[in-house]
Amino acid sequence: MTELTELGVAAIRDGVAKGDFTAVEVAEAFNANVAAAQDALNAFIVATPDAAIDAAKAVDVKRAKGEALGKMGGVPIGMKDLFATKGVQTTAASHILEGFKPEYESTVSQKLWDAGAGMLGKLNLDQFAMGSSNETSYFGNVISPWKRNDGGNAPLAPGGSSGGSSAAVSARLCPAATGTDTGGSIRQPAAFTGISGIKPTYGRCSRWGIVAFASSLDQAGPMARDVRDCAVMLEAMAGFDPKDATSLNLPVPEWEANLSGDLKGRRVGIPREYRMDGTDADVLASWDRGIEWLKDAGAEVVDVSLPHTKYALPAYYIIAPAEASSNLARYDGVRYGLRDLPDGANLQDMYAATRAAGFGAEVKRRIMIGTYVLSAGFYDAYYTQAQKVRTLISQDFRNAFTQVDVILAPTTPTAAFGLGDMVSDPLAMYLNDVFAVPASLAGLPAMSVPAGLNREGLPLGLQIVGKPFDEQGVLNAGLAIEARAQFTAKPEKWW
Amino acid sequence: MSNYRIQGATGEWEVVIGLEVHAQVTSNSKLFSGAATAFGAEPNSQVSLVDAAMPGMLPVPNRECIRQAVRTGMAVGAKINKWSRFDRKNYFYADLPQGYQISQLYHPLVGEGSLEVILDEKDPEGSTKTIGIERIHVEQDAGKLMHDQHPTMSYVDLNRSGVALMEIVSRPDMRSPAEAGAYLAKLRQIVRYVGSCDGNMDQGSMRADVNVSVRRPGEPFGTRTETKNVNSVRFVMAVVESEARRQVDLIEDGGTVVQETRLYDPDKNVTRSMRSKEDAHDYRYFPDPDLLPLELDDAFLDECRASLPELPDAKRHRYETALGLSAYNANALTADVEVARQFEALLGSVAKASGKSEADASKRVANWLLSEAPGVLNAAGVGADHAKNTVEANTAIIVATESGLISGSKAKEIFAEYLTGDIDLAAAIEANKQTSDTGAIEAAVDGVLAANADKVAEYKGGKEALFGFFVGQTMKAMQGKGNPQLVNQVLKEKLG
Repeated sequence: MTELTELGVAAIRDGVAKGDFTAVEVAEAFNANVAAAQDALNAFIVATPDAAIDAAKAVDVKRAKGEALGKMGGVPIGMKDLFATKGVQTTAASHILEGFKPEYESTVSQKLWDAGAGMLGKLNLDQFAMGSSNETSYFGNVISPWKRNDGGNAPLAPGGSSGGSSAAVSARLCPAATGTDTGGSIRQPAAFTGISGIKPTYGRCSRWGIVAFASSLDQAGPMARDVRDCAVMLEAMAGFDPKDATSLNLPVPEWEANLSGDLKGRRVGIPREYRMDGTDADVLASWDRGIEWLKDAGAEVVDVSLPHTKYALPAYYIIAPAEASSNLARYDGVRYGLRDLPDGANLQDMYAATRAAGFGAEVKRRIMIGTYVLSAGFYDAYYTQAQKVRTLISQDFRNAFTQVDVILAPTTPTAAFGLGDMVSDPLAMYLNDVFAVPASLAGLPAMSVPAGLNREGLPLGLQIVGKPFDEQGVLNAGLAIEARAQFTAKPEKWW
Repeated sequence: MSNYRIQGATGEWEVVIGLEVHAQVTSNSKLFSGAATAFGAEPNSQVSLVDAAMPGMLPVPNRECIRQAVRTGMAVGAKINKWSRFDRKNYFYADLPQGYQISQLYHPLVGEGSLEVILDEKDPEGSTKTIGIERIHVEQDAGKLMHDQHPTMSYVDLNRSGVALMEIVSRPDMRSPAEAGAYLAKLRQIVRYVGSCDGNMDQGSMRADVNVSVRRPGEPFGTRTETKNVNSVRFVMAVVESEARRQVDLIEDGGTVVQETRLYDPDKNVTRSMRSKEDAHDYRYFPDPDLLPLELDDAFLDECRASLPELPDAKRHRYETALGLSAYNANALTADVEVARQFEALLGSVAKASGKSEADASKRVANWLLSEAPGVLNAAGVGADHAKNTVEANTAIIVATESGLISGSKAKEIFAEYLTGDIDLAAAIEANKQTSDTGAIEAAVDGVLAANADKVAEYKGGKEALFGFFVGQTMKAMQGKGNPQLVNQVLKEKLG
């Protein structure tokens, strides 16, 4: 049965449809992998093997009746624990929501279940999606399944915030998982673990039922083993939702059916400002290889400028915390979640005690930054200024996209770092998202695909950024890289 | 009127008033959620996941609430901003589940407008004053804390949480308690006409924050205080009066007015300090990232404009010019939209039934509605909304008196009996039909004069006030059915 867990989304869907194996067999195989890896990788906060089996049974019954099985029929997936799942604990990896079981299902997860997917469990993440290493989770950090080839055994970061998702997909605990991306939280962990992940255009996937971090940036997307699987799953996740006022009222394209790695007539931009000091030599080399691969696929490569790139990260670290400081005000101990009510406490005391106990250090840091930048006397200097920068960054991309169809860049400045390496230096940690954040600020579709291994044997990712609504162009460029990178490496099983 | 002055120990002071009125938008559902908005429902029975701020819940603007605010803006001649935006006002309180109120600070839906108030209700044609309106924006209401449910804990009712409010901000243009009262009354009148708010101040659907400062006439504005949540026209006037007095006394005693939020205690008729500017919140306003800017197209604005009813000033003017009513009656009939509605229905019906034009029937209907009917209803102990107080019944009564079928006093009797008893109105009118049979009247008059020869002599001797006595006696002899005009005529002839 082990080979079933080597299959991706499309292969499982097709195999179940053809009757090569049953959905229940697939679910059982992945359930076994989830259970076997839990102690070592800590990828899941809650495993839901029964949910996976129930969904699989339903698909098998449908097949027996000759009914359509759905875009994700028979595919068990991992659900990032930022998505509200009805009756299943939803924590955002925080203590303040520990034990919280929503009475509602997020739009995106509901669409996946409607498409025939089943849930293997709720995946670990950085607390409230704030982090790049999964170390801010209240439920302990996820350990990357990857190890350096130096013979050492240093535990590595799976990336963040969707680190449970990236670790689980690369370790074959699930064929695919949901992620969310606010400033790189799908792309960076995908790059760190040798998998693919796409953040669609802002508004493609409904945010309804996703615990909010920064509303103007949060976007859900799929994380899977290859580009096709991302296309399949994104089709199931995307779509207009009247319950989200920022949702795009556009039909969902047939991304899978229109996949093509032939880039003849396409123009690919290489942003010169992304050649930054401190970028790892292996990363730069993989970027150069990527350029050659796209040329080989028929694309014309063009040098482009995104002049405001260096302001993206500072602007992001004003806007995202500002929104977060307000979004997280609802966790107050009054209606749900943790309540810490010391003896004789009044309302203010209860707020203070609850939030002090319920939020982790990084979450508190960002709430404080956000509160500061919105406060009277500082608002214009920080928040207003950051919004202007955001406009300029969008303008940079608009200008570049008059010349090119997609932009190619590294996903991260380095490969995965060791757990604990950056805990004491939040700025260094934030820098990890330097290449990912501009596309988030501009709301553009962006994807990371595996591009090879570095000298330490760790995966590197390449990032493709596209025009608004042009997920197809991004996926196709990703497919062209995937076909040439021939990335077959997977973590050696040590758990 | 604007010469209202407060007499201080050191001379005269002028009061400057601005009002921020919160009016609950009439709508079946809340501003950003589908939950219902009925008043008086069981606690926490009208709460959606959005209103309770569950994780991952998102606001979606309710078009009807926006529409009502736009229509209100149009009714006060205000500029409607086709591009507006929602901002978050951040603060922690147990009745505020999100930890922020969605409001509009930087780009409100409605810009500058104004309304005109009559300074003396008894003289609607007298002087008026224009009060500026700075802006109208829409925002969410908060929930309600209940402190009387548990010995040590407070409970929260979120039924009101997320209900749409219009905040209507005036310019500091009012100079007396009467002006402030007239402004609030006028605003209430307009929103009730427009149908954007029910104006029920006792249920909290409309409440005012009263900004008051004092100054020497002609000098710059003084420091103002803001008295929160005042919920009647009378209380607004009382707040202005007592707060202005307090400020004058304070200044004259060598003190200074501090900018602060105050609460009104109606039992003691004083305002009390709630919090000063120093411990005011920093609300950290910023654009709500869950919501796109609100952009209104011309078709939407056209529909809003087309759906506006005739507004009170226009209606009052029409009653005077087209219907020929007195200014006083026109004002009384248009003061409340329900009364105007009742009047117009009855006028149409009476005009039709009597074959007269509305202009010809208007005075009779106005008098009946304003002075006669209320007396009957009052005496009968029923309200205007009594089930039997129908347009048809009122029409029948008015037409029967107009045509001389029954006398005015008989009409009131019958109407009262009809309202409280179990009689057939048409039959009662028929049975009490007055007679215009001159022979019968003459016979009755002759009888009365014969029986009261002494009074006749007194009358002829100059005591003309006795004429009424003879009328009364004659009517009595005819069981109230004699045509009063003919009775008068015959009496005059026979006594003359």
